[in-house]
Amino acid sequence: MATLEIRDLHVSVEADNATKEILKGVDLTVKQGETHAIMGPNGSGKSTLAYSLAGHPKYTVTGGTVTLDGEDVLEMSVDERARAGVFLAMQYPVEIPGVSVSNFLRTSATAVRGEAPKLRTWVKEVKEAMERLHMDPSFAERNVNEGFSGGEKKRHEILQLELIKPKIAILDETDSGLDVDALRIVSEGVNRVRETGEVGTLLITHYTRILRYIKPDHVHVFAGGRIVESGGPELADKLEAEGYEAYTKGGVSA
Amino acid sequence: MAENIPVGSTTAGSIAVAAESTVATRMSAPPSFDVADFPVPHGREEEWRFTPLERLRGLHDGTAAATGEGVRVDVTAPDAVTVEAVGRDDARLGRAGTPVDRVAAQAYSSFEKATVVTVPKETVLSEPVRIAVHGQGGTSFGHLVVELGAFAEAVVVIDHTGEAVLAANVDYVLGDGAKLTVVSVQDWDGKAVHVAQHNALVGRDASFKSVVVTFGGDLVRIHPRVEYAGTGGEAELLGLYFTDAGQHQEHRLLVTHNAPHCTSNVVYKGALQGEAAHAVWIGDVLIQAAAEGTDTYEMNRNLVLTDGARVDSVPNLEIETGEIAGAGHASATGRFDDEQLFYLMARGIPEVEARRLVVRGFFAELVQQIGLADVEQRLIERIETELEASV
Repeated sequence: MATLEIRDLHVSVEADNATKEILKGVDLTVKQGETHAIMGPNGSGKSTLAYSLAGHPKYTVTGGTVTLDGEDVLEMSVDERARAGVFLAMQYPVEIPGVSVSNFLRTSATAVRGEAPKLRTWVKEVKEAMERLHMDPSFAERNVNEGFSGGEKKRHEILQLELIKPKIAILDETDSGLDVDALRIVSEGVNRVRETGEVGTLLITHYTRILRYIKPDHVHVFAGGRIVESGGPELADKLEAEGYEAYTKGGVSA
Repeated sequence: MAENIPVGSTTAGSIAVAAESTVATRMSAPPSFDVADFPVPHGREEEWRFTPLERLRGLHDGTAAATGEGVRVDVTAPDAVTVEAVGRDDARLGRAGTPVDRVAAQAYSSFEKATVVTVPKETVLSEPVRIAVHGQGGTSFGHLVVELGAFAEAVVVIDHTGEAVLAANVDYVLGDGAKLTVVSVQDWDGKAVHVAQHNALVGRDASFKSVVVTFGGDLVRIHPRVEYAGTGGEAELLGLYFTDAGQHQEHRLLVTHNAPHCTSNVVYKGALQGEAAHAVWIGDVLIQAAAEGTDTYEMNRNLVLTDGARVDSVPNLEIETGEIAGAGHASATGRFDDEQLFYLMARGIPEVEARRLVVRGFFAELVQQIGLADVEQRLIERIETELEASV
């Protein structure tokens, strides 16, 4: 069973010629089949955790370990991590001019699966995945994220999640900027992947709204660069009622 | 690419509705076949300000003389085509345009033999005319004329290879209703210097398509110009360049809409990589008062792959009549940035492949418009080679 283990993770960024520590000792274990919600106020370091796990060059790991089934994730390049089974659905996916969605998806699937998918089954696979996410077939011919609405960008991220079938899926504020219909469609996509029981999900969010659609097994409160409280789904209810004020110094607005 | 931030680049554009043409007047001297009519440029002139004069090997100041074996010109053409080497006094030379700067005038004043390729009227060629221009070292001055009689149709591929310092003028003369596609590939070795003015005179209802492809050389400066000899002419000017470290590649276009109901469409795309790679694109379109019903669009796109490269892209449109069908231009310089790289790699795609995907995508649409399978294939392969050299 695939397991992602994060131990005492410290991460810094360079900003304005100064080094700033953002993650201050994160401990978390995510197993295949589990869903962990990470909730916290803005600026708590949630997204830094997501991007650090994926290997974004902006973030420097200064301490701690991350392993996937015992393999050192921090030693891997960004593409190696993806091929090892770590997937990050991004909050702000970037435009790739001149590269069509269909070309991009096939290149990615080829890289992750280690061989080019058979064309016939692949076309069917993509078509069906797109239908499930209520995406028009013309979408495949558009350039990656170019001119996509907020909802289209997120559906495209979940489309990739469904096709790539990672071991660990990190969803960075996938719910942000979505109306209720789009949130439902995107959540259904995430749930389809979860129901296979083959993915461990790390759901990073500011709001409890998405947890009505995606039921977590564990809820963690993230504040000041570390997990400050962990519990079951009931912890989300508490946050819904009370907000993050109890976790932020001097009641800084959540 | 609208959201990309230009980095290490400059873009500028202007639309001028001018009573007096600045395109015509901003050159430092009027067009002339005689090099003595042009002052030696010092580098601050509008037409020279982007060009490193010290790398022109004396083509601009009279110190360059024909040396060495020069360039070898081999023409392979179907039987119906006449290929001649003619002397300086041949009446068919210089009809499509007059040199507009000192290097072009130097070339016109210095060449010994010109090549004249003639496709008789109403002759439709099934095979391309291939002109191999191979540099064998040394300095050369050249002149080439490609003439199509009325309703003739031809594809001409001009392939520049080897080492050379070459200043040249090329005339394309299209009879009424003629269709000419000409592909000029600058695939020089690393030290070559190539400065050329291409003049196209597009006949009534004739159709001219130019594809300029620049990969090699130390300094390449191509100056494609189009004028119309009658109404209803069409010009399509496509360009593709891949500018590497230290290379200067400059494309200066001028389409003069001097006749009614003509069209022009300009699309140039370039990728740059490496320290001091410098691409210059000047796109001038002048719509004269007589040119009612003109439809024109020009576009330049640049993709900067690494730090240290520089793009100067200057579209300029001057309109002297309001009675036109359409006129527009666009210029954008984008960067293949770390976020794009991260996104692709985060989907398992290795770095080299990620870059290749983006560059291939950037050029694909343009390459497909060339319409010549072997040229397209060669371009794609050449782009791959350029990319492999970069990583």
